[in-house]
Amino acid sequence: MAKVLMKGNEAVGKAAIEAGCRYFFGYPITPQSEVPEYLSSELPKVGGTFVQAESEVAAINMVYGAAAAGARVLTSSSSPGIALKQEGIGYITNAGLPAVIINMMRGGPGLGTIQPGQADYNMAVKGGANGDYHNVVLAPASVQEAVNMVMEAFDIADMYGIPVIVLADGLIGQMMEPVEFNYVRREGIPEKTWALTGKGKGERHNIKNLVIEADECEEWNHEHFEVYEKVEANEQAWEEYLLDDAEYAFVSYGTASRVVRTAIGYLREEGYKVGMLRPKTLWPFPQKAFDKWNGQIKKYLDVEMSMGQMVPDVAYACNDKNKVVFHGRTGGNVPTVDEVVTFGKEVMGGDK
Amino acid sequence: MVLDDKRIRIITGHYGSGKTEFAVNYVMRLREATKQKVAIADLDIVNVYFRSREKKTELEQRGIQLIASNLEGNAADVPAVSGAMTMPVTNKEYQYVVDLGGNDVGTMVLGRMKPLLDPAETDFFMVVNTYRPNTSTPEGVIEQMENLEYASGLKVTGFINNTNLVRETTAQCLVQGDAILREVTQRTGVPVKYVTYVKELLTEGVPEGLAGELFPMEFNMRKTWM
Repeated sequence: MAKVLMKGNEAVGKAAIEAGCRYFFGYPITPQSEVPEYLSSELPKVGGTFVQAESEVAAINMVYGAAAAGARVLTSSSSPGIALKQEGIGYITNAGLPAVIINMMRGGPGLGTIQPGQADYNMAVKGGANGDYHNVVLAPASVQEAVNMVMEAFDIADMYGIPVIVLADGLIGQMMEPVEFNYVRREGIPEKTWALTGKGKGERHNIKNLVIEADECEEWNHEHFEVYEKVEANEQAWEEYLLDDAEYAFVSYGTASRVVRTAIGYLREEGYKVGMLRPKTLWPFPQKAFDKWNGQIKKYLDVEMSMGQMVPDVAYACNDKNKVVFHGRTGGNVPTVDEVVTFGKEVMGGDK
Repeated sequence: MVLDDKRIRIITGHYGSGKTEFAVNYVMRLREATKQKVAIADLDIVNVYFRSREKKTELEQRGIQLIASNLEGNAADVPAVSGAMTMPVTNKEYQYVVDLGGNDVGTMVLGRMKPLLDPAETDFFMVVNTYRPNTSTPEGVIEQMENLEYASGLKVTGFINNTNLVRETTAQCLVQGDAILREVTQRTGVPVKYVTYVKELLTEGVPEGLAGELFPMEFNMRKTWM
């Protein structure tokens, strides 16, 4: 398919359709409103269904229902809207159902601002709902990567029976970039033999959340964690940028990583041996990448559009909290290239 | 020559076609070309990112008056426009550029200005990027044009061929856009007024024989890492 120029929010909508998603339930919120707007006009053209629910809570429970019926289903929102969906996300997770949730993050907490942010890391990665659980969290740094990750999200969700969150930010949603759509379905996705398909189709299926007996509920948890172990083994993804000779490595994801990439260009010109380890999956966090580079890297420079929510994960991954330094902007602000260059020089000093 | 255009230039187009980048480049060119007062109105009530009001400081430093929302700050998610938007329409000392929001929805704000507009001194330019899915064919462009004309009550007086793939733009992109817009011109009689390209991107040179006056631009709205 030839390249077209699309806004991130439209492109993720199209990516979902290309990946076979025919159901979207959501509620508008800046800066992601073009996702429902786009799908409201495009889904009916392919025989799909778009519902603007009366609230985010209603929308996520419609997702729960469609997922239980075996559909590929999407919802999207931005930070405070995703906060509202947490109860439903927990229910879908506990039921072991596949679903895709896009979060075009904005500045918080609370209603915050409509400008871009990355301060929902904890909500997505650590879990904003109750209980022991994980969702897969994918973090795109461009419109094309957002497209690819939305497509992949449907496959991962169906592969393991788990909700997948595509964690982008308002800038990825609002930015125009050239994209192409080449969806190739993964091999080995199991059939949804458990789906609730209605009366008259053979055996009785039951999808539930309430597990009253403690022993049974604990067992249920253990089953979930067996799935998580497989996800951690198979799905870690990251990018290594100029690490081969690097002594220092930035760790940054999404929009912030684009600023860092440009800053690295300037630092390299001045002779600094610095690169970037960019997590593409935030859960599972790319431990394998850190295991590979920990011996060589003197310091990890974490740059985020938050007050440092990823820092504990970087510290854990490199097994040395003294190796991790942080620079961030928050509340809707994006770090500038100059700022990141200065931060880099402060950390590396004259160590070239 | 931007001074050959009508005194009031309203920049419209399909959502995401590059109106704001063109409008900001255009008004800066206009500022250099005349000693008259120059103003740009950011009437974008559709978008909340990448609006010309983000360039307030750069514009005002050059002596370009910016008219945007009457609410301070550029982060308000409120479709408010300033009543000052009609001032340069009636005050003929001004050369005026109006940067609208995308699609027919974006032209709604013209309602306030419309009774004061004299068609004899108004250009209604439609920015087109043929890599945008809805304007990738002559039929698509014409459909969008008709929507914009219907919603605004104005006739498009010229196209801006802004065909690009951002940092992946090649000379071939301009040629592709040119072919589609020539077809549109043939069917509608509306000429291509300018053909844009970003100087830093088109290292292989600009193709010859394109319809419209060449309009080299710089990225104002897009940061180096975008």
